[in-house]
Amino acid sequence: MEQKKETLLEIHNLSVSFRMYDQGFEQKDLQVISDLYLTVYPGEIVAIAGSSGSGKSLLASAVLGILPDNATVGGHLHYKGQELTPKLQKKLRGTEIAFVPQSVAFLDPLMKVGPQTEGYRRPKQAEKRRALFKRLGLPEQTKRLYPFELSGGMARRVLVSTALMTDAELILADEPTPGMSLEQAVEALRMFREMADEGKAVILITHDIDLAVNFADRVAVFYAGTTVETAPSSDFKKGPDALRHPYSRALWRALPQNGFEPLPGFQPYAGSLPEGCLFAPRCPHRTKQCEKQVPPVSEIRSGEVRCYHGA
Amino acid sequence: MALEAKNISFRYGRRQPWILEGRSITIDRGQRLAVFAPSGFGKTTLAMLLAGYLEPVRGEVLLDGKQLPRKGICPVQLIFQHPEKAVNPRWKLKKVLEESGSLREEVLDAFGMEQAWLERFPRELSGGELQRFCVARALMSGADYLICDEISTMLDGITQAQIWKVIFKEAEKRNMGILTVTHNRYLAERTATGIIDLTI
Repeated sequence: MEQKKETLLEIHNLSVSFRMYDQGFEQKDLQVISDLYLTVYPGEIVAIAGSSGSGKSLLASAVLGILPDNATVGGHLHYKGQELTPKLQKKLRGTEIAFVPQSVAFLDPLMKVGPQTEGYRRPKQAEKRRALFKRLGLPEQTKRLYPFELSGGMARRVLVSTALMTDAELILADEPTPGMSLEQAVEALRMFREMADEGKAVILITHDIDLAVNFADRVAVFYAGTTVETAPSSDFKKGPDALRHPYSRALWRALPQNGFEPLPGFQPYAGSLPEGCLFAPRCPHRTKQCEKQVPPVSEIRSGEVRCYHGA
Repeated sequence: MALEAKNISFRYGRRQPWILEGRSITIDRGQRLAVFAPSGFGKTTLAMLLAGYLEPVRGEVLLDGKQLPRKGICPVQLIFQHPEKAVNPRWKLKKVLEESGSLREEVLDAFGMEQAWLERFPRELSGGELQRFCVARALMSGADYLICDEISTMLDGITQAQIWKVIFKEAEKRNMGILTVTHNRYLAERTATGIIDLTI
């Protein structure tokens, strides 16, 4: 219990499944997230990397309580030691927990960007919005534009501003930087870093690991709906030898600056997951044991890994 | 044999500022170029002009010396930055893919697309999964030129490398010209032989 008080967000054994029509009127549950864990302490940025479709965005939706109606969430979600119930989620989101959505389609297409960013706050927050736009390199005239008039990178920066307008304790940023130039992305991440240094926390979902590790404290790697590794971000700077899970190493090697070599094979589809370790079918180190049983999480060198051969 | 933009200028309205002014670009068949510029400098606009989604206010876009065809599948295919906005949300993905020709098993395999995904609606897939459909749709159409507007920023490193490998293989086989828009310097170096800077 002692530890729970310290953490800002604690996620244990999280599972998310969707109820879908199978044949005719028969329905089935498709489990897309299983055994996911993540802990976030105040004052840190946790980057989440991992394959597309590994449940990174779903995790954000689960924390905010904005999953569609046919989704079922299992496991433990605690915010500041309190269980995150739908009622609490509704109260927190937008005030204590802010969200930077992945899709630029989240902007209201019929509302100009300025009022959309400022929201219905009283007193009016024009000054704060102006400062944010300025720092992110958005010209002041941008406020008079509709979302369709923005370029991809501009829309992203507007989304980041909407989250930074709040006084949130926790920001869930789902791929906030694509489309931004390097300088703009660095500036956005620097703003997140400043928030974290004030004692708040940021979950940064990103594919741009290279950039993220310069600002994040820890990196969590997801694969096929589960956490395979959490590591201090310095390990990602050191390279594959410092990493614990074979998937993390493969991910590092596939980056354009590190070889651009893809790992053969694909992430298993949620409906047909292998019995044992989810990564086993593509793993160079797999053994009989891996194929039979899901490996437990073990601690190695101040990080955690879900692998029998983690080193 | 080339895709050319000749002295093109473009703005989104009479009172709007010029986004591109007197710009000329040539992409030969088999050539791979990357476009570099900060956000808001008209990279996507250029991509849309070259693929015929927009018409230049001045100047012209020519394919092998002729205007882009107005009917049928365009030989210059654009893959958009946001896949969720590039597919019909009310079509199942099978229909989305079949729009560009009959479905080929090997394309599904090359991109690691599951049969089950074909029966789903776009909102039921992740951004990265959806983008693979958009790339496959463009490749299957038999295009001669591919304009890739930040197509892999929403993919993880491994999938990104996989998709580019498939694109390169097809491009080599069919001698396609490719224009890549990206902010990632390393990716530009990997995917292109030359760089166009819009700031100059």
